[in-house]
Parts: sequence; C-alpha cells; structure tokens
Amino acid sequence: MNLSVIGLMQAVLVIPLLAAAGVALTGMRPNLREGVSLVAGALLVAAVGLLYQAVMAGDRSGWTLLELLPGLTISFRLEPLGMLFCLIASFLWVVTILYAIGYMRGHGEANQTRFYALFAVAIASVGGIALADNLLTLFIFYEVLTLSTYPLVTHAGTDKARRGGRTYLGLLLGTSIVFFLPAIIATWALAGTLTFTEGGIFGDDTPPVLLSLLLVLFVFGIGKAAVMPFHRWLPAAMVAPTPVSALLHAVAVVKAGVFALAKVGVFIFGLDTLGSLAVTEWLLYLVAFGVLAASLVAMRQNNLKARLAYSTISQLGYISLGVLLATSAGLLGSALHIAMHAFGKITLFFCAGAILVASHKTEISDMRGLGRAMPLTMAAFFIASLSIIGLPPTGGSWSKWYLILGTLEAGQWLLMGVLMVSSLLNIAYLLPIPLKAFFPANGTAGYGSGEDSGIREAPLASLLAIMITTLMCLLLFFFPQPLYELARSIG
Amino acid sequence: MLSHLPILQVVVPLLAAPACLLLDRSRLVWIFTVLACGLSLLISMLLLYQVSQHGTLSYDLGGWDAPWGIEYRIDLLSAYVMLVVSGIATLVIVAAGTGLEREIPLEKQTVFYVTYLLCLAGLLGIVATGDIFNVFVFLEISSLATYALIAYGRDRRALWAAYQYLIVGTIGATFILIGIGFLYSLTGTLNMQDLAARIPDSAGSRTASTAFVFIVVGVCLKLALFPLHLWLPNAYAYAPSLVTAFLAATATKVAVYLLIRLHFSVFGEQFASSSLPLHGILLTLGLAGVFVASLVAIFQPDIKRLFAYSSIAQIGYMIIGIGFGTAIGLQATLLHLFNHALMKGALFLALAAVVYRLGSADISAFRGLGRRMPWTMAAIVIGGLSLIGMPLTVGFVSKWYLILAAIEAGMWPVALLVVTGSILAVVYVWRLVEAAYFQPPENELPEGLDGPDRREAPLTLLVPTWLLVLVNIYLGIDTRLTVGTSGAVASALLGGGQ
Amino acid sequence: MLPELYNYWVVILLMMTGFYIVIVQGNLIKKLIGLNLFQTSVFIFYISLGKVSGGSAPIFAEGVSSYSNPLPHVLILTAIVVGIATTALALALVIRIRNAYGTVEEEELQQRDLEC
Repeated sequence: MNLSVIGLMQAVLVIPLLAAAGVALTGMRPNLREGVSLVAGALLVAAVGLLYQAVMAGDRSGWTLLELLPGLTISFRLEPLGMLFCLIASFLWVVTILYAIGYMRGHGEANQTRFYALFAVAIASVGGIALADNLLTLFIFYEVLTLSTYPLVTHAGTDKARRGGRTYLGLLLGTSIVFFLPAIIATWALAGTLTFTEGGIFGDDTPPVLLSLLLVLFVFGIGKAAVMPFHRWLPAAMVAPTPVSALLHAVAVVKAGVFALAKVGVFIFGLDTLGSLAVTEWLLYLVAFGVLAASLVAMRQNNLKARLAYSTISQLGYISLGVLLATSAGLLGSALHIAMHAFGKITLFFCAGAILVASHKTEISDMRGLGRAMPLTMAAFFIASLSIIGLPPTGGSWSKWYLILGTLEAGQWLLMGVLMVSSLLNIAYLLPIPLKAFFPANGTAGYGSGEDSGIREAPLASLLAIMITTLMCLLLFFFPQPLYELARSIG
Repeated sequence: MLSHLPILQVVVPLLAAPACLLLDRSRLVWIFTVLACGLSLLISMLLLYQVSQHGTLSYDLGGWDAPWGIEYRIDLLSAYVMLVVSGIATLVIVAAGTGLEREIPLEKQTVFYVTYLLCLAGLLGIVATGDIFNVFVFLEISSLATYALIAYGRDRRALWAAYQYLIVGTIGATFILIGIGFLYSLTGTLNMQDLAARIPDSAGSRTASTAFVFIVVGVCLKLALFPLHLWLPNAYAYAPSLVTAFLAATATKVAVYLLIRLHFSVFGEQFASSSLPLHGILLTLGLAGVFVASLVAIFQPDIKRLFAYSSIAQIGYMIIGIGFGTAIGLQATLLHLFNHALMKGALFLALAAVVYRLGSADISAFRGLGRRMPWTMAAIVIGGLSLIGMPLTVGFVSKWYLILAAIEAGMWPVALLVVTGSILAVVYVWRLVEAAYFQPPENELPEGLDGPDRREAPLTLLVPTWLLVLVNIYLGIDTRLTVGTSGAVASALLGGGQ
Repeated sequence: MLPELYNYWVVILLMMTGFYIVIVQGNLIKKLIGLNLFQTSVFIFYISLGKVSGGSAPIFAEGVSSYSNPLPHVLILTAIVVGIATTALALALVIRIRNAYGTVEEEELQQRDLEC
C-alpha cells in the first residue's frame, strides 16, 4: 500500500510534466494537443482521487527525492491540507482545459502550444507545493510556479502585458527572495529543521520577539497570498488570457500563497504558538483592513476582470485571517474557503471570459441587458456570486460560517464585524452585474431584444466548463462532507 | 609519465606559449591553444584522481630533495583549484574561436594566445608549487601576462587600466617578496612545509609577524579585497570580454587560494590569529566590501563593470568565511571559491556573447535582449540567480554554509548582513532582467552592425556558457562532491595548523 | 643601532622614497622610476640578508671556512629579471598610452577620458 501511495504522489508530479512534453511534441496538431492535456488531466484527477482515499484512511507516507545539503532535503508527504489543495487544483485543471479550448480558439490566440505546455508545468509545481514536506521544497516549487506562469501573464506580448508581467514577476520574486528565503534560513537557524511538523517546530525557549519577526517575514514574504501592501501583482496579472486568470490567479497561484501561509501557521509555528504571539493580533488587523479596502476598491472598478481581481484579494484576506485566528474553527473555515472560493471565483472568471469571447466586452457598464443574449452565462455568474458572498444554497456559505465561528472562538468581535461588512460589500459589487444584465434599467436597450445583435453564448466547450463549476458551487452546499472531513483532519 | 604530472601541469602551457609563435596562421594557433588547454585540463583531472586515491603528491623538481630543491606539492585543495582554473581556461579559449574576432584584430591574435597560455601557466604554477619563492615567480608570470591581456581591450582606457593594475600589482608582489625575505631570514628555508614546521618555534617574534603582514597585504592587493580593490573595476570593464571571463573566474580565485595556503598551511591558524586581530579585520573588511561594492554595482551603467563590482562583493564573502576562523567558515570560503568561479565564468562568457553581437555591454544594449538573444539572457538570469543565492544553484550552497558558520560562531548580525548583501544582489540582477525583458529594444542599430547580426550568439560562445550554467545547476542540486571535498580540505587545513 | 644596521636603514629609505614617488607623481614615467626604486630596495634587502660577517664569496676554496649565503643572491637574480620584465611591459604600455592619448600625465589622461 505504502509503495503505491508514493507511486501515486510521484504520478501527481510527473503526469503534468509528461503532459507538458506531450503538448510540446503535438503542437502541430491542435486536436491531438488538447487531447493530451485532457487525458493527462483525467489521469491526474484519478491519481488525486486515489490519494484522497489514502489520506482519509490515515496514510501519511512520504519520500525524499534528494538531499541537497545535510539536513536540507527535497521531500514530499501526504497530508490533508495539501490533499485539499491538490484535489481542487487537479479537478479545476481539467475543467479549465475544457474552457480554454473554447476560449483560445474562439479568441484566436497565438502561441497556444506554449500556453498549454506552461499551464501543465504550472500544475506540476502546484502539485509540488501541495505535497511538499518541508519549507525548502515548498519554496522551490513556489518559485517554479512564479517563473512558469510569467510567460502566461505576458502571453499577449503587448506593452501592457509586459508592464503587467513586470509587476507580477517583480513583486512575487522580490518578496520571496527578500522576505521568504531569509525567513526560511532563520527558521533553520532557530529550529534546526524545516520539516512541517504538527504543532510547530520551534522549541518553547525560542524568544517570542524572534518568532514575531519571523511571522511578519513569512506573511509578507509569501507574496502570492496578496496581503496588502504586496497585492499589486494580482490586478496587474489580469492582462493574461482569461483561462490563466481563472485557474492561476483565482485558484492555483493565489491559493498556493494562502496554502503556504496556512502550512507555515499550522506546521511551522503551530496554532498555539501562533495565537500566543502579540504580533498575530496586529497582522490580523492588517489583513482585516486589506479585506475591507480591497472590497471598496473592487466596487470602483468598471473593468470586470479588475473587479474580480480585487475581490480575490479581499477573499484571500479571509483565508489568511482564518489562519491567523489560530483557532480550529478558523482553520477549518480557511481550508474550506480555499475550496469554495476556488469554485466560485473560477466560475466568475469563466463567465468574464465567455462575455469577452462572445461580445468583446470588458467593461461592466457595457453589460446591461446582456442576460437575454447570454442567459446561461449570466445565471452562472449569479450563482457563483452568491457563493463568494456566502449565501445559501451555495458552498461559500459553509466556509464563511466557520470563519465567523472562528472569530467568535477567538473573541474577536471586531473582526466578525469586518467579515459581515465585507460580505455586504461583496453583495454590492457582485450582484448588480447579473441583475443589470437581466433587468436593464428603462431607456437602455438590452442586447438580443428586438433586432438580433449577433451576440450568442460562448463556445460549447467553454459553456460546459462554466456549467460544471457552477454545479460544483451548488453541490458543495448540499454535500460538503468530503471536503469538511478532509479539512477536519488537518493538524 | 604519470609521476611527472605535477610538473607537466605547469610545463605544458608554459612551453605551448612560445610554440604558438611557430605557427603563423591564427586559426592554427587557436586550435593549438585549445589542445594545450585541453591537455592541461586532462592533466588536472588525472591529478585530482591521483590525489583522491593516494593522498597528497610530492614532486621534487630536477630530482633535488625537498627542503633544498623546489618541491611541487599537490593536495586535494590545489588539485581542485587547478581543475577549476584549467577547466575555465579551456572553456574560454573554445569560445575565443569566434568570440575574439570582434575584439582583437586578427594579426594580434597569435600574441594574444601566447599571453593567455603564459597567464594560465603562471596561475597553475602558483597552485602547484610548494616553494614560497616559486609562488612569487609564478605570481609575476601570471600578473605580467594579465597586464598584457587587459591592454588588448579595444577601448584606450584599457591601456590606462592595465597600467594602473601593473603599478598596484607590482607593489603587491613586492610586498610578498619582502615577506618572503623576512621569512627566509627567520627560518632559512623556502619550502612551505618546512616553513610550517619552523614558524611555531619563532612564534611571537616580530620578524614573523612583519612577514605575515607584508604577505597578507600583498595577497589582498592581488585578490582585490576592499579597500584594495580599486584596480579591478577598470581592468575588468575595459579588458576584452573573454579575458574578463577568464580573469574573473580564475585570477582572483587563485589569489584567494594563495591567501588560504599561506594563512593556514604555512603560518597556521594559531599563529595567524594570535599575532594580530586578523579575524576581526577580515570580517570587517569582507562585510564592508560586500556592502560598498554591491551598492556601487547597483548604479553602474556598464554591465561588465557592474559584475566587476559584484566580484569584489563576492570576494568579500570569501574573506568573511576566513574571518570566522572555524572549519565551517573556511569550508564556506572554499565552496564560494569554486562556485563563484563557475557563476562568474558563465556570466562573463554570456556578456562576451552580448558584446560579440551588439558591440557593447552597456545597459542600453540589453534592452529587449530577452527576445533577441533568449539563450544568452537565460544564461545571465541563471547566473544572476546563482549570484543571489537561490536554492538549486551553487550560489545557495556557499551562502548557506556562510550563514551556518556565522550562526555557529554566534555572530547573528553577520548572518543577517550576509542575507542583506544578497538582497543587494537581487537589485542589480533585477536591473538587467528589467532591461532585457521589460524594455523595448532600441530602434537604431549600433555602428557597424547590420540587422541580421543581432541574433542569438554563435554556438561556439553559447555552448561553453551553457556548460558552465548547467554545472552551476548540477552542483547546486548534487552537492555531495563539493561539500564533501571542501569539508575535508577545511578540516585538513585547520588540523595541519595546530 | 643605527651604525650596525645601516644597510636596513638604506633599504627603508629607498623603499619609502620609491613608494612616495609612485603615489605622488602624476607622470607615468616618473611613477615607473619610483616603482623601480621600490623594487631595488627589496633587492638590496635580500642581498644584505645573505651577507655573513667575515664570510667570503661562496666559492669553495682551501682555508676558507665561512661563506656568505648565496641563496638570497640567486633568488634576487630572478626577482631582478622579473623587475626588468615589469619595467619593459610598463614602458610599452606608456608608449601606447602616449599614442592613444597624446600625453603621459595622469591628470590630463583623466581629463581626456572625461571629455569623451
């Protein structure tokens, strides 16, 4: 059993890499190329599914790939939090490929082979992050993820894309080298190990001042978690093609950030130590401020993808907040929100891309009345918005529920208020979009009313992807148990 | 034949140099030089194998026994340094086949190869010999060749730089000579092993301390320790790019080797640390060098000069390692000595490719280079990451050991400063990345170059560069070889001095 | 102390004079002369090291029991050769600097580099 579990873990890392090679080789024949991606995605989901069962059965096996320096290894281990991340990323990879087939062809994008190949590499590095057994391994794959997604961000090759890419690379690499790597080295110096261990790795005699400093370094060093003031890369990355924004900047990259943060919080510091540090409180307030500020900024964005990007920053704040609360309910809420937000936000991005492909519209003010022409897309948008806001009958309500429980458990009334207010703001910036699409105000002509405006639903493949993720948002409300059980067994 | 390897290592390039003059076609000379360098690379590999199998080799020159005759002594440390030197020399000379044509006129190339081989012979001689006066002679052979090599630069400032280096270098060498004189008057021997045995008898003598100070200052001039580094930036910036690649990767490394050899093998750690507050001085100067040079590097518009300053900073790291006075610190120095040769070799070779295509190493030439010369730029980026100390590159390994040494010695601030220094490296590497990937290329072509010439560098330049880059990555992942060897060498050096 | 060790005082005097000229002089040729003085002082230092009081020239002969030490002399022969090579190379450089810049004065050199 043990051997086959390790084999599966290796498969999780190797399948996307093989897919990347396969995509590169079959670049001349698009249908075959997309076939390779889809088959690899299906295999990956199968492998992850089997691993899920192993985790639930209590399997925690791992293996060491190589020893870099004495005590510094690149090793992997099966663990529930990582499993959760893996599960989401691999499932959504398949869906995104499906979506991308419609989008990339419908939009006539160039360099599609490079796109699919790098996409697969990014997924491989996500697998590495999810299964990492120590900080060094996590760090290496974290950087690989940054580097492999950079060409995706600048895919368009325009000046605007390159400017966006500059911010993206500069902030993510900069924070990781300036804060994250020194934090890792300091951790090694203090604790003598980098391995993720339940309850943390620091001895009781470690001075709290140093630990506080370390925590600050980690929180800011993991730039992918987009904690203010290092969030600028996320809106900048929105110049990427929509499937990239959808999977990477709503799911893989940002979730890698909060995932790393959660790993550090739970397995490097340990929840008890985390809760006892004075600086945690300050970081909580900083994150809470970020949640509100990002929501407010989101309201003012007229570009749909920009609004969604700021919404992502705000929602990432929820997850970081849940970890920093250092309570079991908070952690549970965070873990669940990683999943719930992923499904909700990817749907929203899919919809934004579908609107772009079908109607070439990017500004929200132009989307009035679009509901008649694209009813399915707009309905999906509506449901996903509900999930982000946290209203039944969508999965998002569970994660927000546990997050609020977490604030209560920690006695943070103020933070509970922040979460509530932010949810109201979510309503204010998300719901008007589908509502105005379906019920345009008087005087403005709706699309598809009367004469034919020529706008249709997005290509079938994309539409199918939207349907799948929307359905997941709904299903996760009624059947949250698998994820809940997984999240419960963390730590 | 095999027993004569230690002397062959030096004699092959030394004799190959005048032999070049017999061939008059520069292409032939190039092939001959490549063969000579390749042969010395082969010899250094064989030597390393012999040393690792049978321990230290001793070779009596001309059959005269050791303390009286000149002894060549190859231990693990010298075998490794020779491997690095001859390996880099071979790669650079392979690249010179095409890389040289833009920088040195055809009729001068033969003489260039002669000088190059002489320089190589001098550097290998310093490492191979076990006789302290012989060190001085080889040091001067390599230095004189170096001054000439620098003066080959196209810019007239190269002449000026070579002259300045000549003055400073000669003063440094004369200082070493004075030190050797004091040592001889004190002990009556020139053999390093013999010296090591006799110096402890006269510990506390002022002559010994004076000798030590003269030698250390002289060597530090050669290795460009801050604040004795002023000759280096101009020399590196105006020398032909391939010469810079060769010098940056080998000459300063051999000087560091010399410092280690004299400090630990001849004087011994105990003497060195008791006769003056050397550790504190080295630590301070090393750190100051790291910071001052890195800060200056950030503001350099010329990329060759930028990396020249970065070299001074990296030498600072090596000196810090010695300054700890512990085995692990020395190990960090040794690791960085090897690793820095690899990264700077790769970086300067890539720069040579840029100069070959664009005729300039100014930051403005790098605009948009990421798309025009993707492989060259990728090599520069990886070399830069290694310079910063990213995991999976060799740079990480040496920085890691340096930090471990600082922590072991209880010097937290030093560890912190080392990390901060790396962040300065991030800044100057980022400047290059920014220009190459995020700025549009300049529209006008530099003088004398037409459109199609602005493509990727020729393979003869790319292959050596990427070989070094791959070694950078390989040794960053599989660290057993370098860490194991440097650990063994460090404990042997410290053990021998007590 | 001064009379017995006068040779060393000469060495020090020559050395400092040479060093001073190297640092202060702006003329490249004069700098080289200073450098030569500096090196020569070391040659004298070595030569006087080998002198043994009352010793004869190191040639094996009947009735002579005390010889001067020949080794420093031999060493310094090598160093002199090195010094000549250095001077020759430096002079060659100066000639080329003169051809390229039209001057051998340090200040003017710097000025001309700044101009272009």
